[in-house]
Amino acid sequence: MKEKWDINRMIGLVLVSIALLLVVVGIFYTPYDPNAMSASLKNKAPSMAHWFGTDYMGRDILSRVMDGAGTTFFVGICTVCIGAVFGSIIGAVTGYFGGILDEIIMRFNDCVASFPSILLALVLVSLIGPGKYNIILALGILFIPSFARVMRSEFIKQKEMDYVKNARLMGASHARIMFLHILPNTRTILLSTITIGFNNAVLAEAGMSYLSLGVQPPDASLGRMLSEAQGYLLNAPWFAIFPGLMIVITVLGFSLLNERRGQHE
Amino acid sequence: MKWMKKILSLIITLFVVSLVTFFAFRVIPGDSAIAKLGLEASEEQIEALREQMGLNDNLLVQYGRFLSGAVQGDFGESTQYNVPVSSLIADRFPVTAWLAALSFLLIVVISLPLGILASKKENGIIDRGITLLTQTLMAIPSFFLGIIIMLVFGVILKWFAPGDYVKPSENFGQFLSYMIFPALAVSIPKIAMMVKFLKTSVLRELRLDYVRTAKSKGQTKNVILYRHVLKNALMPVITFLGMITAESLAGSIVVEQVFNLPGMGRLLVTAIFNRDYPVVQAAVLYIAAIVVLINFGVDVLYRKVDPRIA
Repeated sequence: MKEKWDINRMIGLVLVSIALLLVVVGIFYTPYDPNAMSASLKNKAPSMAHWFGTDYMGRDILSRVMDGAGTTFFVGICTVCIGAVFGSIIGAVTGYFGGILDEIIMRFNDCVASFPSILLALVLVSLIGPGKYNIILALGILFIPSFARVMRSEFIKQKEMDYVKNARLMGASHARIMFLHILPNTRTILLSTITIGFNNAVLAEAGMSYLSLGVQPPDASLGRMLSEAQGYLLNAPWFAIFPGLMIVITVLGFSLLNERRGQHE
Repeated sequence: MKWMKKILSLIITLFVVSLVTFFAFRVIPGDSAIAKLGLEASEEQIEALREQMGLNDNLLVQYGRFLSGAVQGDFGESTQYNVPVSSLIADRFPVTAWLAALSFLLIVVISLPLGILASKKENGIIDRGITLLTQTLMAIPSFFLGIIIMLVFGVILKWFAPGDYVKPSENFGQFLSYMIFPALAVSIPKIAMMVKFLKTSVLRELRLDYVRTAKSKGQTKNVILYRHVLKNALMPVITFLGMITAESLAGSIVVEQVFNLPGMGRLLVTAIFNRDYPVVQAAVLYIAAIVVLINFGVDVLYRKVDPRIA
């Protein structure tokens, strides 16, 4: 299927490129040390020296946004990996074989899916404590059901197709059919689910960090920056605006890129 | 008969939720006795309090006590405030309920007309614009939206004073006019979702055969849309609306933090911070029970509206 490049997709591509550029450059280089404080530079408005201004401790906001976005991307990617790997395996097995195990797991999935994910994430974090890796674990676990559901329905659809029967007749094992034959054919849906999952992970991480229950200092985090910025809305609105914009650019970019693909489902 | 089954499954779900909330907070190291007395307390003191709080009993006995208490609305005592959890919840719950109700109202009132408008102009420039707008609004985290609303309406326009929350019992009008801003923060991303969902739903219906039949009978576009299509298109919207209501309830957890509202969300977050497990348990159970009830309500409504499913 030829994908149409409309204007919204173009915007998405541009936004994703900006976000990725900031993150990738931020790994190797930031204009200033993100944690360097300076008493004389408190709450300075954006200028040539500090493009995004400085915060209440005189730290350069552009550097902190680059650093924080890096953390956000790291959490998002790891979370989605956990969700996609385990979710795909569970979805593949339950969808392909069906039976009582499928029934049980899907009931459980429905149950989990009916609860707002931020509530479950809060419960998990209150159990295992906050921190970068705990957030990844908590969100990763929460994302498994959604991947499992999507992959299960794909596998149910695909397993009736002729190429699967052919492979079966040629003596291919179930594992081979599942992972070498069917899995590659689910890539469009899988990619789309991964994109949506990544966006949800970014939003969830930002929300948790905003509540101070996510990434902990010294790790920089966009959500945490926003919660600190809230006290300085009057004097330094740029402190809140730029980290927030970074989240919006990332999520919007990926969802616009995903838009067309999503409609073909 | 089918109602009995539905209600039975509702009760089982609630039971499972209570089981999970109870045992989840038992597997973590450190119990409420230590949390309450602090680390300096002597072993004997902690042991005595454990005995008094019933933490030394068999887990099943403890669960039984927790469940029978929960059913009667008794969740024990908060370890951080030293007051009954039930009174804390009675105090905080109305705020969250109002926030959710206002958000729900905004979602329905704004998204229905917008969604229909968007579906009327498929693939036009307006449709593209609406798509871009809805995607943008969906990409804004609710707390950032809250901060923007505070910045624009509170700091720049001065329509309300951020943090100047009034209890509904004191001045209801003022309470509502303050609550409208957090409600906007909760509802705007959901409105965007609804518009998108509604548009897809209407467009799916418009491609069906009965629409062509109606067209060939000479009916006008508007009659087809409002009389025939909308009824069917709204069907999946009911389920979606239920999901969104549950989501906005959860969204208010974060937004309450932004606007400094003393609701369930704030209660839950502070309780997690202070390891006040009785409160965490109760708050989670409460929110979960409401979500389950909303889902049940949606299910009932769906069956009432759509005679095909019964």
